[in-house]
Amino acid sequence: MTENNYAVTAENLTRKFGSFTAVDKVSFAVKKGEVFGFLGANGAGKTTTIRMLCGLLQPTSGQATVAGYNVYTQYEQIKMNIGYMSQRFSLYEDLTVRENIEFYAGVYGLKRKQIKQKTEELLTYLKLWDQADMLTVSLPLGWKQRMALSTALLHDPDIIFLDEPTSGVDPDSRRNFWLLIYELADKGKTVFVTTHFMDEAEYCHRLSIMRDGKIVELDEPQRLKQKYHADTMQEVFLNVVNEGGSDK
Amino acid sequence: MNHVLLSIMRKEFRHIRRDPQTLAIILAWPVIMLFLFGYAITMEMRQIDTAIVDLDHSPQSRAFIERVTSTDFFNVTAVDIPYNEYEKVLMERKARCILVIPQDFARKLQKNPRTKIQLIIDASDPNAANYISKYFSQIAAQYNFAHNRIDFIPFTMESRLLFNPDLKSQYFFVPGLIAVILLLISALLTSIAIVREKELGTMEQILVSPVRHYQIIIGKAIPYTVIGFIDAIIILAVGHFWFKVPIEGGLLLLLGTMIIYIFTGLSFGLLVSTITTSQRVAMMAALVSTILPTIMLSGFIFPVDSMPVIFQYVSKIIPATHFLEIIRGIMLKGVGFGELKTQIGYLALIAFVLNAISIRKFKTNLEP
Repeated sequence: MTENNYAVTAENLTRKFGSFTAVDKVSFAVKKGEVFGFLGANGAGKTTTIRMLCGLLQPTSGQATVAGYNVYTQYEQIKMNIGYMSQRFSLYEDLTVRENIEFYAGVYGLKRKQIKQKTEELLTYLKLWDQADMLTVSLPLGWKQRMALSTALLHDPDIIFLDEPTSGVDPDSRRNFWLLIYELADKGKTVFVTTHFMDEAEYCHRLSIMRDGKIVELDEPQRLKQKYHADTMQEVFLNVVNEGGSDK
Repeated sequence: MNHVLLSIMRKEFRHIRRDPQTLAIILAWPVIMLFLFGYAITMEMRQIDTAIVDLDHSPQSRAFIERVTSTDFFNVTAVDIPYNEYEKVLMERKARCILVIPQDFARKLQKNPRTKIQLIIDASDPNAANYISKYFSQIAAQYNFAHNRIDFIPFTMESRLLFNPDLKSQYFFVPGLIAVILLLISALLTSIAIVREKELGTMEQILVSPVRHYQIIIGKAIPYTVIGFIDAIIILAVGHFWFKVPIEGGLLLLLGTMIIYIFTGLSFGLLVSTITTSQRVAMMAALVSTILPTIMLSGFIFPVDSMPVIFQYVSKIIPATHFLEIIRGIMLKGVGFGELKTQIGYLALIAFVLNAISIRKFKTNLEP
């Protein structure tokens, strides 16, 4: 079965909010172990697509599977197999680092012993032992971001959805974060990431560019650059967006 | 027990503990309210401003006035004002009532057993007017009894007052206030509990995990029930030891029903929290939708039985209506579980329905 080689598939996936079509018949397939990028201006439909795949939003029409499960009917199974992190980092700032980790581990149904072990592993991995009992609010943004990602991965999911994970973070932290993403891909995880940073787009294995709810380009960064005779993704992106402008 | 549920509860307790200021307010506020309103709200009237016009100036009229002024109920603010100023006195609120003893009071008293004294009352507050009229007729009756023993009265009514023999209005209002305050605080506590996480974005993170909706709702309700219960014990103690309201019935039964009642209030707060999108809106909604119905329609001040039929039905869906019957019953009358089954049943039913709606509404309202 070719289906099994794909971590995520979408076919004519559509979501309408009233008369506004946020995502318009989007089709794509993400291979296992791939770092798949979702590019587009704000409001192009990236977040809506990700929310449908994560079971936070019901699609209006079309089909999609995540880890082989149907998004309409099998979202409980999907939830066990995915990790999700949004730009808001979703940590409780009035709890300590350790308490945040314990909470999210508990939410995934880990037992007390497992929680303890996972917490220790994670604190070692993040080198946060000294800060373990500090309130999360006092951590620098880059650390919060790494911590948010790690807590989203406590249950060891195969597929990871990152919705603009690097917005508001300094360039150095962004680089470190991408090293982390590669580390995950090396372990065989599938990473589905949205961004509006063009330099980050270069790091993706493949990427799609969305405009007005539609996918207008989907290929490897290198081939997109060739196609548009561009040196950087920045140029590719501007070309694609401008093309849309002349269409109208 | 359920590991996920425990994790959520532990987290909620941590939030509460991290914010000692809010916790202090939560614990002190009900006590302050009980003190304020426990003294402020009373049906008893004392020191009613009264004008007395004695046109007779006879020993008899003075004896009657003496009876009026010797009680604590009246405070004489004007004497012998001319007829054309009666209205002005009432308009300016210098007096709430005017007692006019006619010129020939003493003479008629000797000859004719039927003579009249005029009492003019400002009835813009009908309740107060009623009280004033009642006080005066009592005084008149006492006077007649002392001076006209020959007059034969075929029978008299002798009331025996049970459960609150001194007619202390605090006995009536303190349990009522406990009911109002508990509902208010418990609805407020949870009204922001879910909406806050929606605002922070943490709710999204929880929802992509396999947590069930009932686990989120119940996991948030239980810790706040504990806080609400502590509040309940504190204000019950204040009501009993400070305001001296007795607890005739079983303390355990009272505490047990309090837990059910608090849970009902919390459930309402959670429902508000699931259908609103910002903390401010949630708090306002919780306040407005609990305060007015609870005070006006629950029997806290006005008896449910004297309301129009439609409001009597409305009062059935207000948790305080049932809890008022429970708490007044237990504290003043000493009734037991048997007499309160219906009310407890109603409370449990309301809590169940509210929670069911919350859990159902929860998902649909997270989608923008």
